[in-house]
Amino acid sequence: MTAATTTTGPLPSSAVRSFVRGNGVYIALGALVLFNLVATPHFATFRNLQLQLVQVSPVVIVALGMAIVIGTEGIDLSVGAVMALAASMVAIFIDQGPWIAILMALFAGVVAGFLNGSLIAFLKIQPIIATLGLFVAGRGVALAFTNGRLVELFDPTLSAIGQQRLWGIPLPALIAGTLALASSVVMKRTQFGRNVVAIGGNPRGALGAGLPVRRVLLIVYIICAALAAVAGVLVTARSAAADPSFVGLLIELSAITAVVVGGTPLSGGKVRILGTVAGAFLMQLVFSTLIRHDLSDSDARMVQAAIIVAAVYLQRDRNST
Amino acid sequence: MNAVGISRRPTVPSTPGGEEQLSRWRHVLDYLRRTPAVPVLGLFVVAGAVTFGDSFFSARNFASMAVASSFLLIISVGMTMVIVSGGIDLSVGSMLALGAVVTAFASRWGSPAAIIAPLVVCTLIGLTQGVLVAVSRMPPFIVTLAGLLFARGLAFKISDNGNTTHIIPEGEWVTSLGQESFLGVGLPAWIAVLVVLLGMGVLNRTRFGFAVYAVGGSEEAATLMGVRVVRVKIALYSIMGLLGGLAGMLVAARSSSGLSTIGAGLELKSIAAVVIGGTLLTGGYGGITGTVAGVLLLGVIENLINQIGTLSSFYQLVASGAFLILVVSAQSLFARRELRRSGEVV
Repeated sequence: MTAATTTTGPLPSSAVRSFVRGNGVYIALGALVLFNLVATPHFATFRNLQLQLVQVSPVVIVALGMAIVIGTEGIDLSVGAVMALAASMVAIFIDQGPWIAILMALFAGVVAGFLNGSLIAFLKIQPIIATLGLFVAGRGVALAFTNGRLVELFDPTLSAIGQQRLWGIPLPALIAGTLALASSVVMKRTQFGRNVVAIGGNPRGALGAGLPVRRVLLIVYIICAALAAVAGVLVTARSAAADPSFVGLLIELSAITAVVVGGTPLSGGKVRILGTVAGAFLMQLVFSTLIRHDLSDSDARMVQAAIIVAAVYLQRDRNST
Repeated sequence: MNAVGISRRPTVPSTPGGEEQLSRWRHVLDYLRRTPAVPVLGLFVVAGAVTFGDSFFSARNFASMAVASSFLLIISVGMTMVIVSGGIDLSVGSMLALGAVVTAFASRWGSPAAIIAPLVVCTLIGLTQGVLVAVSRMPPFIVTLAGLLFARGLAFKISDNGNTTHIIPEGEWVTSLGQESFLGVGLPAWIAVLVVLLGMGVLNRTRFGFAVYAVGGSEEAATLMGVRVVRVKIALYSIMGLLGGLAGMLVAARSSSGLSTIGAGLELKSIAAVVIGGTLLTGGYGGITGTVAGVLLLGVIENLINQIGTLSSFYQLVASGAFLILVVSAQSLFARRELRRSGEVV
């Protein structure tokens, strides 16, 4: 029995606190689900579940990429612009067939990620500034491609991707789930995943240990942008239209929030994929709960702010800055 | 000479004879090298003058550019201090909007209220953020992100969810702060200059300024030096709130109304200006003069893009982003080379 633990009852308070700290997002999610089951009509319906899944899938996918980037102590503000870029690519190339269009959208994502990654890995520019460039320019490029107009797409394959269901689960949600699973495996079981966490935890140390820091950073930003492109394609498929003015607007905020609320620290060194997914669900559920209960836009924002602070407060490490 | 000489004093090698004159030149050259935003700004101004002649290089255009940049400048003075301390503040855009809305709302009780209310409200929010960062030790990125949401939400709420835009009544003199001119240049620009001078004085010549650099360099070392890190941080975020409220108040004064949707993305522009100006995001290095150059540079670039005129707004976005990347890349290369030379960075 160590002298450090003070047992004041059946549960040592330090154990409770550390449980809450590690699992805050699941607790919050569970509490919110319970609240909705009781207080929100039509919540526990299959249809509502499908709706929520479809709405949250793009955020989950973007948040996955963001989580990996944040794991290296970086950040990617350009994900929304990349989504818009992907949407515009789909609009331009749809005449060549749906698969070519999707391929070009993904290619645009890879190029964007390569640009970000190069600025950060080779020119050593701070990630917040480097990705700021694309954040500003990317949407402009997307708008220029489509002349600022919303482009309606009448492709059956595209609509199928956006709206079909497999065993009752919407296809976008299945894609998001698969990507989440893949990310989890990559982060936990591959050398690459270990490298990511090592770089985030101790950048100088990682360099000294001989890790291919620049290559890993480059790949990480390519992954993030590629995932954002996938999300852009999904959103375009679901709405059967490419709207570069609004696709992905503010999604970087949602993604970063999901990642941080889910327990991945901004200082890097740890990536929690499951937590990120839960974080995305939590923020989505918060938003739809507020809407269902007629809270105005202004109140919704303030509540969101409070939740973010609370979630991060619960999960903070006493020794971190 | 500023308080923290170590990280900012350029290395001046001793030269035989004529040292006085040579070292003064060296000071200037070294400053220009460390703050590449200044020569780049000069370059753009010259390029603009050559390309567009009078429509760019005129007193009237410069005056209007000055006023247009004044709000960003006020905010960026605070942002410089926050970033030098190793922190960041994402909420300033929303604070600007909140300040404007509160100004317009409070103007029904007279101009003094219209000036004081936004300053108080925004400083309080800044104070709260500072406490969360300093005492609860939460990451500034997250705290100020929440602040961004909260302030915007509050601004919307006061504006009845965007349905009401409060107008400042006709006779109130507060609008003169935004609309009057002095020597042909609008008052907001003069106020911005005042803020810059105050900021420089505080940062370079007071114990507080020294503490800000110390905290940014190393919090542990600062604590060991006797710096009250918690107080410094709380003060910084409160100042940031104050300046955000001030800028918002001026915007409302200028437009005689409080639009709740303004300022979106302003924090990112401010961060860009500060970084372009040579301040390191990691903290402990940088200054306000660089930020001034950065803000002016952004303003000049925007003005030049406008001058081209035929460029659609989409291409303007592309050009802005591309310029940002270019300037930051160049600045990064220069700064790293300079820091490596003086032994600051490996």
